[in-house]
This record gives sequence, structure tokens and C-alpha cells, in this order.
Amino acid sequence: MDSFAGMLFLKDIAKGFLLTLKYLLFKSRVTINYPHEKGPISPRFRGEHALRRYPNAEERCIACKLCEAICPAQAITIEAEPTNDGSRRTTRYDIDMTKCIYCGLCQEACPIDAIVEGPNFEFATETHEELYYTKEKLMDNGDRWEAQIAANLMVDNPDK
Amino acid sequence: MPKLTIDDIEVKVEPGTSILQAAEQIGIEIPRFCYHEKLSVTGNCRMCLVEVEGDLMASCSMECCDGMVVKTNTEKVKKERRSVMEVMLANHPMDCLICDQGGECDLQDQAFAYGNDRSHFHENKRAVAVPDKNFGPLVNPSMTRCINCTRCIRFLNEIAGAPALDQINCGVNAEVSTYVYENIGSELSGNLIDICPVGALTSKPYKFRARSWELKKTESIDVHDALGCHIRVDSRGREVMRILPRLNEDINECWIDDRTRFSCDGLKYMRLDRPYVRNEKSGKLHEASWDKAFSVIADKLKDMKGGEIAALAGDLVDVESMTAMKDLMLGLSSPHIDCRTDGSQMNTADRASYLFNSTIAGIDEADAIILIGTNPRRDATMVNARIRRNWQEKRIPVYLIGEPADLTYPYEYVGSNLKDIDAFAKKFGGGKLKAEKPMMIIGADVFIREDALALHALLHNCAEKLGVVYDEWNGFNILHKAASRVGGLDIGFLPQGQKGKAFNEIIAGTKDGSIKALFLLGADEFNAQVNIGWQTFVVYQGHHGDHGAERADVILPSAAYTEKNGIYVNTEGRPQLAKRAVSPPGQAREDWAIIRALSERLLHKPLPYNTQRELLARIKKEWGVFKTMYQITPSKWVKYAYKGKVHKDDFNAPRQNYYYNDAICRASPTMGECTEAFGDVGFTQKEKGAS
Repeated sequence: MDSFAGMLFLKDIAKGFLLTLKYLLFKSRVTINYPHEKGPISPRFRGEHALRRYPNAEERCIACKLCEAICPAQAITIEAEPTNDGSRRTTRYDIDMTKCIYCGLCQEACPIDAIVEGPNFEFATETHEELYYTKEKLMDNGDRWEAQIAANLMVDNPDK
Repeated sequence: MPKLTIDDIEVKVEPGTSILQAAEQIGIEIPRFCYHEKLSVTGNCRMCLVEVEGDLMASCSMECCDGMVVKTNTEKVKKERRSVMEVMLANHPMDCLICDQGGECDLQDQAFAYGNDRSHFHENKRAVAVPDKNFGPLVNPSMTRCINCTRCIRFLNEIAGAPALDQINCGVNAEVSTYVYENIGSELSGNLIDICPVGALTSKPYKFRARSWELKKTESIDVHDALGCHIRVDSRGREVMRILPRLNEDINECWIDDRTRFSCDGLKYMRLDRPYVRNEKSGKLHEASWDKAFSVIADKLKDMKGGEIAALAGDLVDVESMTAMKDLMLGLSSPHIDCRTDGSQMNTADRASYLFNSTIAGIDEADAIILIGTNPRRDATMVNARIRRNWQEKRIPVYLIGEPADLTYPYEYVGSNLKDIDAFAKKFGGGKLKAEKPMMIIGADVFIREDALALHALLHNCAEKLGVVYDEWNGFNILHKAASRVGGLDIGFLPQGQKGKAFNEIIAGTKDGSIKALFLLGADEFNAQVNIGWQTFVVYQGHHGDHGAERADVILPSAAYTEKNGIYVNTEGRPQLAKRAVSPPGQAREDWAIIRALSERLLHKPLPYNTQRELLARIKKEWGVFKTMYQITPSKWVKYAYKGKVHKDDFNAPRQNYYYNDAICRASPTMGECTEAFGDVGFTQKEKGAS
């Protein structure tokens, strides 16, 4: 009898509307207005890669190739040569971002925090080719995101 | 024979065996840095400590005694190893990340396996204070990484015979140094890179270019001399990154010479990567398709008779290619083929006449060595290293007839020509040498003369008289210089029949017009531009733009020795397989395949093999020596008589810079740097100045 009355007066629907009304009037919103607003991300967020520099603008990467070796997707390609001053540097540092699985092993393998996965997650492109990142692109990313990357690394390891 | 117990395993060893060697025999690993199988024992790294009845001993220098009880894995040993490792790392800069040895470093591996993860030493490292020395263009020193194992010093003193290094100062200041900042003037200096257990000595041309784990390793054979040293070709993608020796006790042990090791960058430069055809009007070479190149050849050869066509095979050509070329020439009914592009002549009827009969390993047994017209240091560096070791161990007498040379060991200089052989024989009362196993090593250059055949017979005779050849021992050795030569002689890439012209006659024929077309199969050893007559149609098939390609009317690009599978027979008569490590550049193809394709245009019936396997089967069927690869087929000594006058000129080898030996070396920038730094190899100081 009770269930019949409930069915007759659309009790469940009314309950539903009431809940919606409660969220609308009394609770804060759960959606955000992307892209004007962005959700919070962890300092350990593994986004787009970047190659960093030292504060004196010298590039960090010394072509030890540990990231290339550890990369499970084999997305990284490195070639190296001695530079004019005899130091060890890469002549080529490519990441195929379409192969990358964003596991973060490259930045873990890197002994000098040269390759890092930064906080940027908005790097969609219109063509496949644009996702073949070269050294220039990665260095450029590093320059662009350095402040944030450095801050994130600091949070994770304040001693460094 | 002493019987001892190592880790509860009983083992019986030869007297004089060290504990370390005994442990190795039963598969127990003992870590070591300073100990090396081929060098003397110093026992200064202390890493190989083992416990013998409660005491710690350096196992590399401790001889096995009867009833010894050795433990290699007790807590005491492990603790000592950790301490040794800690001391070693105290002054090691730990820059593995930028060190080329990283990934193949003994110190790295052993620190991982036996070391500790922290250290008592917090002081500054000595590192900064050790200055780098000038080690020449091949070896890149980082002396801060040196752990003073002294392997390099012992190698140069004992094997290379170029005592350029020693240790100076002591204690924490000890360092390895060159004498007054001098270069290491040895053609074996590349081996320092291999024996250095850390990254103190690394390869300069290979510096920072690759990591050991990303290289593809191909086990192959060297072609820069006629020894067929066993090598490992390390490649990445389509590039040969470096060449390393492979252990082979019969030929090169664990060493190779610098030319073999460092000329690999020559494989990148001056390469022929597409066919070219010379424009008759402008005289310039233009790129062409394979089809066009073949058509031009077919057009030119259409109206020629067999006797007007000739073929020459150079020093770097494999047996398969020569066989295919021989078949092609026989198909064209031309008898004029030759593989001896230095113009030499010798008796090729029986194999023992042109082989290194005592074998290279046989040098260790020899108790007297006569060198005739050869400078083994230049012609076959690893043979020279063997002779040196034999001299060092047993002080055997070495006699030299020919040009005076700097051989890294003392020898008795007999003279420069045949008269001196007579005098030499008389010295022993015209009778036999006072030696059990004497060796006569005759340079291939001796046979570059008009009376070569008569000379060969005379040397045969001489060898028998001196007692160099007898039933159990054959000490008659020809030391060839070209990798392709013995293979060429074995398959008879020689003038066919009475009418066939040899190298000198072919060259003369191009000038008088009797030879109208000439195939050069990788023949770069002579100056084709100057020597070949201007009206001859020249087809060059090879891998480098060198002497042959300069003169060619049609160029067919082919694969170098790292880019194809090919058989090379070494001077001992040992057929060996050089394996393909990378693919040939551009449109270049394997030599035999080019000849096979060309035969479709030139012959009524193309050559009867479609794959290399079929070609190999044909070779094995016709010539028995190829049936057992890597083995020497024994050859019987046959007396050789040839009537002819021998004139008594000096044995003069043609002068060619050691580092510019062949087309690959000539294209190599590193070899150029070597020439600049070292000049030439193997001449006495006076001679060096003169040349």
C-alpha cells in the first residue's frame, strides 16, 4: 500500500529534485570552469617533459643516457659528443611523446634533475609530428616552467 | 701436482698455478683489478684477498701448495674486500655519469658486488691534483680516475715494448705518468683502453659518443692485415661506433693493433653510396641508376673479345666476391685475372709454398727466427707482439735480412740482400741452424720483383738446407699483408692458363691497347689514375672513393667488411667469416650480388647462384679448404724447383705509411691524426727522419 502511494505521488522523483535543490542552494560547486580555472595538482604531477638548466644557464643534461636506458616505452633517443670545451653534452635529445607513458622513470633515473616531468598537462597538438619533441623544444619547456618545476622539486626534497 | 681445497671443492692444478687461477678453473669468481692473464703479476690492488688457514693472502700472487685450504667467501674476506673497495673509492671521483667506462667498468661492477654503500672518508678527494698527460690522439686520459693498478705500465713494457709509462711519487700522491710528457709511440696503444679496469684510459675517437649497453655487438674478422684478427664490431643504428678485440689464442690473443681498432671511422667517410657513370664528353662522373650503370657496361663490352677484358681484385675483397668475379670472367672467356695488385709473383701450385705454415701460435714454440724482407711490426703487428713475447720469455735469437727496422726487441742484422743469406748459411757451416724449431718468415713484398719465381725456389731450397723444414716441423712462412690474398690464391684468382696475363702485364696491356676493359674489384692499392692507359674502359666496384674510383668510368658501390658476410683466409690458410654488423650505405650492395646481377647482362646464362648460401656451397664443393671454417687444413710440403737467374738486389719493401694502409684507413680522420702524432711505425730513428 505504502509503495503504491509512493509510486502514485512520484515520491522518488521528488526526493531526487530535493537533493539537487539542496546541492544548488547549500553546498559549494564541484565542477570548475576549465580552462579558466584548473584543479589542484600534486607537486609530483607527471606532465609534459622539460630539460632544465643550472642557475648559471648551463644545461644540466650530461648525456649519461640513464633515462634512455630506463625508458620502458623506448621513447627517448639521445646522441652525444664532446663540446668545444670538452664537456659531455647531448647533440640530440628526442622524446616521442606519443610513445611516452608518463611513468616518470626518466626523471627518477636522472641523477641531476635534468629531465623532469613538469606540471604542464596542456600540450595537445593538431598533428602527430608536433609530439616528436626535440632538444630545443624540451630546453624551451625547461626555461618556461623552471620556476614552477624548481618549486615542486623543493617541496619534494627541501635539502637540495 | 698440488692438490688443494677451495671453498670445500678439491682441485688439482699444475705446479706454479696461483690460487686465483685455480679458483677460476673451478668457476669461483675472485674480484681483481691489477691481475691480468697476459701480464706479469704485481699484486698491488689487494682486491683478490682470500683466507688461507686464517690468514689473508693475495690470491693472484700466491702459488698453490699441496693441502692448502682456501676460503673465498668468509666474513673476514668479505669485510676486507669492503675495506679495499672503500680505500679505492676514497680518491676515485665517482663521475660514472660522464665516464665512458660507465656500464663496462670493473670498478663499478665490483663496487656494486663487493663494496660498501658508505665510506669513512669525508675528506676532499685527491682527484683535483692529478694532471692529465698527453697520451696522443687515441687514448683519452682522465688520471683522476686512476686506481694505480699499473696494468697499463706492464702492458707497454711487456707486450708493446714501448716503455713510455711509469709510476711516480708514492702513497696518496702516486700517479701514472709518461716520460717527460711524451706521446705513447706504440701501434698497440689502443689496448690500454681495454686493460684499464676503470675509466682512466678511454678511447678518444669514441669519447662520449655511446654507451656500452646500447651497442649491437657483432663478432667478426679484421681485414686490415692478413692475420684475420678476431674482433667485435660494436654498432648503433647504421654506424660502426668502435671495434674491440675478441679473445683468440691462435691469432691475436686479446689484443689488436690501433689500425684495426681505430680505422672504423673511415667507414663513414668517402663512401660510394650510389652508382656513377662517367660522361664521355665532359669527363665527369654523374650519378646513375643501377640499371643505367649495367647498361653502359653491357654496351661497352658487347663487341669486345674475352681476351680484351681483365679483372683485378684488391686487398679487402672476400672470397665469395672473388669467386663470383672469376666465374664472370670465365663466362666472358677472359683468362686475365689477378688478385696480386702489388705485382708480386710466387709459386701457387701447392699451398705450403704460400702459407704461414708454422701457424701464428707456432711462434711460441720457435727457438730461432729468421725474418727475410719483412718488418712484422708493420706487416702483421700481432705476429710481432708474439715474437716479442717469445723473445722476452726465452731470449730466442732473431735474425733480420732486409731493411733495418725498429721491431721492439733486439735482433741480429744479417744484411739486406740474397748475398747475405748465403753468408748467413755459411755462418752455420752451410749446414743446419742450431735450433730445434727454427722459423723463416718471408715478407710478401719480397716477391715483388721480376725474378720472384726463381727467388721463391731458392728460398725453398734455402729453408730445406737450413733445416727449417723437416717432417715434424714446417718453419717456412710467408707473411702476407693483404686480407684477400690467401683466399685469392686458394680459389685461383690468378692468370688462367698460359695466355692469362698477370697484374704487370694487364697494366701494360691497358697502355698498348690489348686490354680494352678492366674490372677493378676493390683494387685501390696502386695509383689507377697514373698506371691505367687512358683508352681502357674501367669498371670499379668497391666501397670507398679511393684510387680505383678516381680512374673509373663506371662505379658500382659495394659493401665494406662490416656490412657483409664474407670469408677471408688469413696468412695461415685459416678461412674465417667476417659478419655483417650494419647495412651498407645508400644503394650500395654486397659484392657478389652485384656481380651476379651484372652477369645477367653480360652472359648468355647468368651465374648459377641466387643466394649467398648457394655461392658458399659452390665454393665448398670446389675447394676443400673452405669445408672447415676457422680450421687450418694441413698442407703438405712439396719441393719447388724453378730454373731462372736470381739477381741479388736488396729486399726493398714499397713505402707506405702504416696508418694509410688501405682505402678504409685512408678515409679515416683518426688515422690522419695518428700519422701527424706518430709519423710512421716500425722504422729506426734514422729511417724515420729519412722517410
